[in-house]
Amino acid sequence: MNELETTGHRGHEAIIQSFRTRPAVRFIPFIMGGDPTLEATEKHIHALARLGATVIEIGVPYSDPLADGPVIQEAALRALQAGTTVRGLFDLVRRVRAAGVTVPIVFLVYVNTVLRYGIQAFFNEARAAGVEGLMIPDLSWEESAPFREAEEATGIALIPLVTLTSRHRLPYLLKDRTGFVYVVSSLGVTGTREELDKRLVSYLTEVRKNTDLPVAVGFGISQKEHIETLSPHADAVIIGSHLVSHLAAGGSIDDWYKTLFA
Amino acid sequence: MHSHTPAPDLSANEERAARALKYLQDVRPLPPQELQNLPDDHGHFGSFGGQYVPETLMAALYELDAARRTIMSTPAYQDALRALLTDYVGRPTPVTYAARLSEAYGGEIYLKREDLNHTGAHKINNALGQALLAQKMGKRKLIAETGAGQHGVASATAAALLGLSCTVFMGEEDMKRQELNVFRMRLLGAEVVPVRSGTRTLKEAVNEAIRTWVQNVEDTFYLLGSAVGPHPYPLIVRDLQRVIGDEARAQMLSSLGRLPQVVLAAVGGGSNAIGMFYPFLSDPVGLIGVEAAGEGIESGKHASAVNGGSAGVLHGAYSFILQDAEGHILPAHSISAGLDYPGVGPEHAYLAHTGRVFYTAVTDQEAMEAVYDLTRLEGILPAIESAHALAFAKIIASSTSGPILINISGRGDKDIDTLMAHDAKRGV
Ligand SMILES: Cc1ncc(COP(=O)(O)O)c(C=O)c1O
Repeated sequence: MNELETTGHRGHEAIIQSFRTRPAVRFIPFIMGGDPTLEATEKHIHALARLGATVIEIGVPYSDPLADGPVIQEAALRALQAGTTVRGLFDLVRRVRAAGVTVPIVFLVYVNTVLRYGIQAFFNEARAAGVEGLMIPDLSWEESAPFREAEEATGIALIPLVTLTSRHRLPYLLKDRTGFVYVVSSLGVTGTREELDKRLVSYLTEVRKNTDLPVAVGFGISQKEHIETLSPHADAVIIGSHLVSHLAAGGSIDDWYKTLFA
Repeated sequence: MHSHTPAPDLSANEERAARALKYLQDVRPLPPQELQNLPDDHGHFGSFGGQYVPETLMAALYELDAARRTIMSTPAYQDALRALLTDYVGRPTPVTYAARLSEAYGGEIYLKREDLNHTGAHKINNALGQALLAQKMGKRKLIAETGAGQHGVASATAAALLGLSCTVFMGEEDMKRQELNVFRMRLLGAEVVPVRSGTRTLKEAVNEAIRTWVQNVEDTFYLLGSAVGPHPYPLIVRDLQRVIGDEARAQMLSSLGRLPQVVLAAVGGGSNAIGMFYPFLSDPVGLIGVEAAGEGIESGKHASAVNGGSAGVLHGAYSFILQDAEGHILPAHSISAGLDYPGVGPEHAYLAHTGRVFYTAVTDQEAMEAVYDLTRLEGILPAIESAHALAFAKIIASSTSGPILINISGRGDKDIDTLMAHDAKRGV
């Protein structure tokens, strides 16, 4: 991994530090906050932290998750039916921090949730609760100015997402960013895929040319061999739907880890 | 302006009418130079609009916007579209003076007859224009969403005419409510895909169309049916629907020698309304958009994003939407499937915000009465959507002094099942 200049951003520094100290095959798990309960999510965070996750991504359930496939849509629905709220998730982060969990936590949150809360208020609360970064899948770079002001003011990293269709946009999408780069590995919504896009490895090289941040890759990763293919080219793999459906089927975090990483 | 009488309908009527009349006394045309900035390069109408979409779609939106600029302005495209609108759709649609309705409502009422278009509504203006654009961009696969089925039928029709494939996403609930249109789309060769997530209505159909577009963005054209969505859709749809207002304005001038005092249109996503209003924005003409109040805005069962919603993001644009305290989108309700949408196009949000256009709402019941009025008095069965505009004209007509122009955005044949069910309850 490239050596990075730290910019004085608190969330950014914690994330960079975590990438530095984790083992070679770094993983970033995604779980839906409150699926099926906040207590379950709390247990999962502890388990994932114990297994050495580089960053833990927590989904903030939303009524209209445009970027998500059926697995994560259903997880969001379960979480909402259980009464999960933004405040509930911030409190959950406070609890795991109080219990000594230090792994960086990033919220995956839809833009309207943040707008409704208030952009600055959401970033402030994230900072107060102990969240290091926010990933907003339906916030384009074009609309991101007020969010990046809040990023600047709070040190909460606004994680950039780039996709296979972003090639000529990379120079400005990745300019002056913090946290890590999330490379969306397939066109389409979240969900497991049988095969990786053939363009992916060369694309990761292209991404590297435009940033010194750690590069994580995800969307559709569901097999050990995907991880083996990507690991030499990325600093971490992000695994969402595969984990969410494993948990929904009653599986444990430890078993899931063994199927992909043991 | 509130009168605290125990008859809530009456006071609501009076309040709506009083607010509308106050608006009509102080109509402030937009300066033409302000129109040029509507929208800016990234689709902002003031603070509304924009592009709140996953990064995967941004390249496609740029491609679409480039095509809009380079293709839609060419004589080849314009001529082809004009020929289709004339020889295939049957444009220009007439403006009809409604003598008996005028007498009954107590005003001078003219109807812009979008119901006479091929396929029965204004939706075909947009569907043909976008399908033609897709064809010129070399994209042979169309995807579309539909609620009532009108935009789905229009898209399937355009696809059949131009030899393109067409997949229509439709909420499972709407498929049940609009069986006839589902069959019509399939008859036209389109594939209708049931959407089973969430409320299983139009909102989810749009979500699913966008998700599918994200996945197939390289060879697929998303034919969006209203003046909503991320830039450049609201602009494209407005440019394709403004033919309604351009024609109507010229028709009023040539037959009456004057502009109308007030123009009314129903507002769902807002495509027929923006098409009708846009050419009048710089005129001293009152513009009234009529949303669906469903069972009443207080009941919470409505589809009035401007009158009963708040600012937020839905389907890629910042506009007025129905949402709860956490920003979750709330289900809309209207007896008219075409208005049953929890948002409104961003240009309408801007026009509401600046006060250039007055937005109000009428209930299911008021709209249904207006369906009967127009049918019995003029022999025109309007779409229930369009009847919302009529219903508000009824409330203000007797207080106006100049011509009233109402957009009859579609015909009511598609609503026969709803009308029959309503008739049975009403006991006519
Ligand atoms: C006849 C008719 N009018 C109005 C509408 C509402 O849409 P919009 O507000 O985009 O005109 C519809 C939608 O299906 C329709 O079919």
